[in-house]
Amino acid sequence: MKSGSNLEKVIASGKPAVTAELGPPMSADPHEVIKKANLLKGYCDAANITDCQTAVVRISSIAAAYLALKEGLEPVMQMTCRDRNRIAMQADLLGAAALGIKNCLCIAGDHQSFSSAGKLKGHPGAKNVYDVDSIQLVGILKKMRDESLQEGGDKLEVPPEFFIGAAFTPGGEPMDYRPHRLKKKVDAGADFIQTQGIYDIEMFKSQMEIVRKLGLHERTAILGGIIVPRTAMMLRYMDASVAGVSVPKALIERMTKVKDAAGDDKKKAKAAQEAEGIKIAVELIQQVLEIPGVRGVHIQAIEWESAMPEILKAAGLYPRPTFPDA
Amino acid sequence: MIVGEQKPFDEIWDMVKGFKRVLVFGCNTCVAICHAGGSKEAEILASMIRIKAAEEQVEMEVKHAGIERHCEPEFFEPLMEEVKTYDLVLSTACGVGVNFLSERIGNIPVYPGINTEFFGAVPQAGVFTELCAGCGNCILHLTGGICPVARCSKSLMNGPCGGTNKGKCEISQEVDCGWFLIVERMKQLGTLEKLYEIQPPRNWACGTHGGPRRVVLEHIKDLEDENVKKES
Repeated sequence: MKSGSNLEKVIASGKPAVTAELGPPMSADPHEVIKKANLLKGYCDAANITDCQTAVVRISSIAAAYLALKEGLEPVMQMTCRDRNRIAMQADLLGAAALGIKNCLCIAGDHQSFSSAGKLKGHPGAKNVYDVDSIQLVGILKKMRDESLQEGGDKLEVPPEFFIGAAFTPGGEPMDYRPHRLKKKVDAGADFIQTQGIYDIEMFKSQMEIVRKLGLHERTAILGGIIVPRTAMMLRYMDASVAGVSVPKALIERMTKVKDAAGDDKKKAKAAQEAEGIKIAVELIQQVLEIPGVRGVHIQAIEWESAMPEILKAAGLYPRPTFPDA
Repeated sequence: MIVGEQKPFDEIWDMVKGFKRVLVFGCNTCVAICHAGGSKEAEILASMIRIKAAEEQVEMEVKHAGIERHCEPEFFEPLMEEVKTYDLVLSTACGVGVNFLSERIGNIPVYPGINTEFFGAVPQAGVFTELCAGCGNCILHLTGGICPVARCSKSLMNGPCGGTNKGKCEISQEVDCGWFLIVERMKQLGTLEKLYEIQPPRNWACGTHGGPRRVVLEHIKDLEDENVKKES
């Protein structure tokens, strides 16, 4: 075991792994994290704690990861390259490890201009850092863990033992380069990979074929990304506006039909779409897990954690494996 | 070249309104090409300030001048005596010019009339694009001649992030994804496999993060020092 994390154990067991997502609040109140952690506990092997997602200031991923850990939910602490230089990153990694956090996902992070793209004022004038990129960050974590060395070469008395993660956008452009960029992440030391949300199964299948040709599925655990759709509008929005996500027309039409069938009754339309969204998510999970080389799913029920139990049960992924303490 | 844009006039007026004798001082190299701060723009700006001063009933004498370059001392020489008779120089040179003149002008303030933006090119008349970040550690041979430091919004070193959308950057549909361009260029050159290699963390100390930079060519500096000695 590299980290001894629950996620690592599930992956090592050969059973399909399940990760979820927990977004910390724009508030100093810990209760929302605690509430979400308790909703997710038992319905995933670990939950990603986002790091100021969309560049919006929230409880830091380390602090929220620690709150989740105390509730008995294993966190995957996300770390973006946007807000910290390599000094702050390594300091935070040591701190996170000292607090008992065992999984870390290395990502570039949304540009700070995202913070004001919606209804918020955000901090679009912030200076970003990008001292290192996500692939270099993976390498730094590996060097710290396996060689007990800081990036600069100084010795670490006790290395942080992280299970190292990275992201993969199979539908991102330029698509023929993406599997090779994934290989760089694996070469740098990524133990597991979580993909961008997948709706276009055929696209993912063809990208996975290349991934297998490169032998990456044997060197890292790829978890297919599932974003649970909640409305037809959300599917249309993701198809049009979210980079690297394309939603097949048939899926959008299917959800639209369900919405239209409810007529003018908004409550009914919402409930019907949510029920259909869960069905769609379950189908996607099953299709993704059938693709050779896929070792689990990363399910994002964004601000809808309460949907997780039903999804997992319907997908045959409940209960989650448990391991007696060593 | 260095690309700049004239500051909003209200901001300029706020800077200059308390002074009695103002020289708007243009530079006829880079910032003249981008129509921000050459002699012509300095003349127009001087007129605008005079009109505003008249409107506001502020007594102010505003003149304009221009020299070829604000970044080498010899170009200042013929004008320096006159320049020193003003109580404010509003420079429309780039920031280099403002700094350089400030060090030489004694007790007279030098204020910026333009915002200095970037090192750029002129793909078509009236359009200026940033192509180099002056990072001090060039890797263009690895990226098909397209700079990821200047042209990727995150200055990533190992390929495009997940934000590439139809060839554009996640920050705007108006901005090309630098890494999309790099990958396509490397395909065109038949050298895509160079992008399969991991680029390690960079030494940013070669750029502004290492403190103010200075390049000294000893052989030329020594010769110059000798000439100065001989003359004296």
